[in-house]
Amino acid sequence: NKSTVKKPNEVFDYPFLPDIISTVEFNCSGELLATGDKGGRVVIFQREQESKNRLLSRGEYNVYSTFQSHEPEFDYLKSLEIEEKINKIRWLPQQNAAHFLLSANDKTIKLWKISERDKRAEGYNLKDEDGRLRDQFRITTLRVPVLMPMDLMVEASPRRIFANAHTYHINSISVNSDYETYLSADDLRINLWHLEITDRSFNIVDIKPANMEELTEVITAAECHPHQCNAFVYSSSKGTIRLCDMRAAALCDRHSKFFEEPEDPSSRSFFSEIISSISDVKFSHSGRYMMTRDYLSVKVWDLNMENRPVETYQVHEYLRSKLCSLYENDCIFDKFECCWNGSDSAIMTGSYNNFFRMFDRNTRRDITLEASRENSKPRAMLKPRKVCTGGKRKKDEISVDSLDFNKKILHTAWHPKENVIAVAATNNLYIFQDKIN
Amino acid sequence: MFSKGTKRKFSDGGEEISDESLLGARVASSYSLQRQSLLDMSLIKLQLCHMLVEPNLCRSVLIANTVRQIQEEMTHDGSWHMVTEAFCSAGQSPSERLVATEVLCRSREQDAEPKLFSVISYEGCREEEVVADETLCSVSVSDTVSNVCLAGRMGQCWEKSELSGVERDEEALEDSRLGSGEDEEIDTEDGASTESPKTIGQVFGTFEIKNGSPGPDSALEELFSDVDTSYYDLDTMLTGMQSAPKMGPYDLLDSLAPSHSSPSIVSTPNCRSDLNELDHIMEIIVGS
Repeated sequence: NKSTVKKPNEVFDYPFLPDIISTVEFNCSGELLATGDKGGRVVIFQREQESKNRLLSRGEYNVYSTFQSHEPEFDYLKSLEIEEKINKIRWLPQQNAAHFLLSANDKTIKLWKISERDKRAEGYNLKDEDGRLRDQFRITTLRVPVLMPMDLMVEASPRRIFANAHTYHINSISVNSDYETYLSADDLRINLWHLEITDRSFNIVDIKPANMEELTEVITAAECHPHQCNAFVYSSSKGTIRLCDMRAAALCDRHSKFFEEPEDPSSRSFFSEIISSISDVKFSHSGRYMMTRDYLSVKVWDLNMENRPVETYQVHEYLRSKLCSLYENDCIFDKFECCWNGSDSAIMTGSYNNFFRMFDRNTRRDITLEASRENSKPRAMLKPRKVCTGGKRKKDEISVDSLDFNKKILHTAWHPKENVIAVAATNNLYIFQDKIN
Repeated sequence: MFSKGTKRKFSDGGEEISDESLLGARVASSYSLQRQSLLDMSLIKLQLCHMLVEPNLCRSVLIANTVRQIQEEMTHDGSWHMVTEAFCSAGQSPSERLVATEVLCRSREQDAEPKLFSVISYEGCREEEVVADETLCSVSVSDTVSNVCLAGRMGQCWEKSELSGVERDEEALEDSRLGSGEDEEIDTEDGASTESPKTIGQVFGTFEIKNGSPGPDSALEELFSDVDTSYYDLDTMLTGMQSAPKMGPYDLLDSLAPSHSSPSIVSTPNCRSDLNELDHIMEIIVGS
């Protein structure tokens, strides 16, 4: 099998995003790429149509629409700010000419409709071209307004606002395969919504203890199964994943499957629990596997086997000896995401120093790449990077101690069909793709 | 800053020390020091928080679990005993010691989980700092604060941002460890008023729909339930005070009402000044 992990050799760099990117998501066709940022803004990129010119590669992504999704709020009762930072964006499958996406901050989810307008009606009876109402007495004939072409305008309008259902911070949203419902998860609860109904949601998971003093575990991520609309998973801060079946009960507090890898007693430390906390969980496109990201590794689980993952990939094992420092500077709490490629043959996740890692599940090869403007010119090939873990440092290697822990790649996305990836490095968005030869 | 002036003894200090065991002791000591340092760091992390934004619950839970692990291990080692003895050796009164150890030790016999401290102060507590339910703590650091009660309520850590009152208390704890024994700042059960948290919860627990039967203060509850506290929040902010988290509209959806019938005994917050607060609140509401 040809390895799907090739070095991407085209770089598109979009440095003009003003704020730290907090989420990246391709839509179902891959034509659109949405980013959310810390300032509550959503920027959508659209891929240009394939150029007829064979010398050029497939289309570039250009800005398609920008809008302010969430504003900062103030909770007067708690005297606390509610950040406008977009935690997650999820696209709805496209059903007509317009595009719909869900965007969520800590407390509120919004359904946005993004539609194009390239025609304008002209020749109204009751108003002038500039909108002023016509004097009634001057209307002597009736005419039918005509649609005239105009410059393309992309409008984003909020169609639904799903608010007031989360006491704690929303960490995940996931659209169900029935295309009618979606779930939203916060630290302690998961709610099921109907896309049409905003004043009601069903609580399907509640792990809040009656006595908050007993709280030792929180929900960290949740996702609907890609094909079975009754199933979903949620991960916890203790490194466990629960698969739940909504047909079993209204409140899915009892799981159908419980995934946990037994701890290796030889590597136990005070940080064991923290690094086992799962920061992201993603089903494979096939629906047969799921992938979890904890602090040091990515694990692939077969849904039929609960007692251990089928594959484990070390992302940056060299950090294991630095856990105390990483705890001190809070980096140990960074929540890295992970993603599958379209065929589920490769997975990708981010690391520090603007490094990101890709693993080929078939060949077991892996590669480390850097998303940085200094090291990659547009349309240049990316060089693989290597971290030196000890001993003599070879040329081009970077030692662990010179890694920049402020440059973290938490959010990455893979095009659903092609070898195009989007990597968010703080304020910068990088899109890498293979060149057609 | 967190004082590290506690003396440390080896748990088997009475034995003759050979070279081997000396090395082992050094390693153990180094481990103890590291562990202590980790504990200190964790406690500081739990205290520091963003004032305006709610702290990350996942992070708080993970840090608290780490602290718990360390405490458990130290308890097994017997070195926990050393730490608490160190508190005592600083010349505190027994009641202060009780509170001080409560900070880091388990506070209930039946409960296996040692509690973390959080700070509750009711002195000069204004109306806006209501405790909505017993798992929320109301913290205010007013200019007249003199009674700071340490209560081992983990729940309160979750429901609110830890405020600078906690830092103040940390200092107070430190001071007391060094023997200055400021009675004022560390409140004890001895001086506490006998009002139970149940009453507190009922008096101030107006914003949550409770399943429990209404107590004698239900009338007060109803009275408070309509009060708009936003004005007082503004006032609080302007005067640089901290205010407690309130139950937001979202919490009304929370049908899990904590039972008032199981207060944590040792961690009873100081309720001594409740009556004064009540008067104060009534004054504000009535607008006299």
